[in-house]
Amino acid sequence: MTRELTCIGCPMGCRISAEIQDGKIIKIEGNSCNVGKKYAEEELSCPKRMVTALVQVQGAREPLCVKTREPIEKRLIFDCLRELEKVSVVRPVHIGQIVLKNVCGTGVDVVATREYD
Amino acid sequence: MKQIDLLIIGGGPAGLAAAAAAYESGCRDMLILEREETLGGILKQCIHNGFGLHTFKEELTGPEYAQRYIDKILEYGIPYQTGAMVIEITPEKTVTCVSREKGLEQFSARAIILAMGCRERPRGSLGTPGWRCAGVYTAGTAQKFVNLQGLMPGKRVVILGSGDIGLIMARRMTFSGAEVLGCVELMPYSAGLKRNIVQCLDDFDIPLYLSHTVIDIEGKERLSGVTIAKVDGDLKPIPGTEIHFDCDTLLLSVGLIPENELSEMAGVKLSPATSGAIVDDRLMTSVEGIFSCGNVLHVHDLVDFVSQESARAGENAAAYLEGRLDICAQRIPVVAGSGVNALVPQYISQSANCPTTIMFRPRAVRKNAVVRVCVGDEELLRKKYRVLAPGEMVTMTLPADFMQRQAAQAQGAEVLVEVLE
Ligand SMILES: Cc1cc2nc3c(=O)[nH]c(=O)nc-3n(C[C@H](O)[C@H](O)[C@H](O)COP(=O)(O)OP(=O)(O)OC[C@H]3O[C@@H](n4cnc5c(N)ncnc54)[C@H](O)[C@@H]3O)c2cc1C
Ligand code: SF4
Repeated sequence: MTRELTCIGCPMGCRISAEIQDGKIIKIEGNSCNVGKKYAEEELSCPKRMVTALVQVQGAREPLCVKTREPIEKRLIFDCLRELEKVSVVRPVHIGQIVLKNVCGTGVDVVATREYD
Repeated sequence: MKQIDLLIIGGGPAGLAAAAAAYESGCRDMLILEREETLGGILKQCIHNGFGLHTFKEELTGPEYAQRYIDKILEYGIPYQTGAMVIEITPEKTVTCVSREKGLEQFSARAIILAMGCRERPRGSLGTPGWRCAGVYTAGTAQKFVNLQGLMPGKRVVILGSGDIGLIMARRMTFSGAEVLGCVELMPYSAGLKRNIVQCLDDFDIPLYLSHTVIDIEGKERLSGVTIAKVDGDLKPIPGTEIHFDCDTLLLSVGLIPENELSEMAGVKLSPATSGAIVDDRLMTSVEGIFSCGNVLHVHDLVDFVSQESARAGENAAAYLEGRLDICAQRIPVVAGSGVNALVPQYISQSANCPTTIMFRPRAVRKNAVVRVCVGDEELLRKKYRVLAPGEMVTMTLPADFMQRQAAQAQGAEVLVEVLE
């Protein structure tokens, strides 16, 4: 099976095609550098994404913006968002403050990305 | 009227970086004027990550990136006034500003840095058919609703234009529970960054309709549907290719226009190619002592480049104030050759003795292209690119000594930038 993907390592956006057999990558083509190779390997085995989202603030309509401190598995994005829907923080909040620990058991914390007085 | 050395108009990333750099270069008498209630500019609503990779070697969200610069302003004690809207600038550098706090105020500045950013192209400039119903927003307006005010503009969404804001909003609306039916792009390529196509559309199986446009907008009170169609080589809709979507929201992401009304009042000459000021390598406009940087100068994709460029404007404004900038120096024009659009700067001063950065947008998508910069018949730079696209700005740095070369000294010399096949 061949899988096509676009490398996002840099603005070049190389089209990479990977040959997969029995769940193993046997050939990677189209990348112009090693970043692309690593990207393809990770995308095909365990793709990860940083998740940025909004959580409620008690007694305010304006939401607080947050992010996962590190990328989490892509398949967990919507689970992560659902957990964050239940969160409601108390003001004031500072940049970098933990809003939710160990989201979806990933070991990654969700932190605030702005100052909220 | 208050006398001041340096006024910075706009407290977005451009204004903040310019102010910090001017301070670091010795300027002490300055003020930032920002019309919104807080500093940070458009970054306040860009809560996604992807900022600052070049500058901080880490991926920050918009508000985090802005905070780094706001912290610097606070650390240096640079004065700023928020809720202060500049309404007039004269060629003599008299600046009029209104604020709820202080009413009407006038300043007489020795130097000004224009950092007003840009605004989105609205529906009116597109000539889309249909009723003026509710449910049609620019992507940035929707972004402000969702990210800053906690309001959802709709549930079933079509996006017209594949600029970065539209792509980012496709993901945000999906995250917030809406269904995004598709992203429609007139051109055969996207205007957005590759990374955004992958992470905002592909990740969620949102289709991208290239070479398509919206031909009908339905609904009287509220939008109820849109019809799109494929376009031919002349961008005319092809009958029989229509696709209809039931939707309640249409987001427009069809480009940004630098906000230069104030610049024009000040007598600053604009470039039709960038819609921003015509500047030299020091980012000085056609009016002595007025500098321009960031999105008001030309639309940037990456905020890192905005900060870099603006820092240069700040340094040069400080140098100008101290009389260290050779303003009588001869300037040679930088000319956009084939395949080159939206070139900045338009002039390089003969006294340039530091590496000069030239930025432009390729006119079309080109594979295996070469960008060449010449002065007279001497080649200064040649760089190979596997892909060039209008959505991604090209930056070239000219060697520091090039102005000393014979070809640059010749009568009628000009720098030519071109894309070769
Ligand atoms: C939706 C969106 C997504 C983006 N995503 C990315 C990304 O992922 N990565 C990245 O690197 N870059 C991204 N960018 C680009 C980056 O945010 C911009 O390039 C940058 O914000 C431009 O900075 P600026 O200071 O020139 O303009 P702005 O941020 O627009 O700031 C201009 C400021 O000037 C003020 N102003 C204007 N007129 C007046 C006046 N008359 N008086 C007083 N104040 C005034 C405005 O209120 C504003 O605060 C994105 C931009 C947008 C819009
Ligand atoms: S493979 Fe290398 S050159 Fe190509 S897009 Fe990825 S990082 Fe850039």
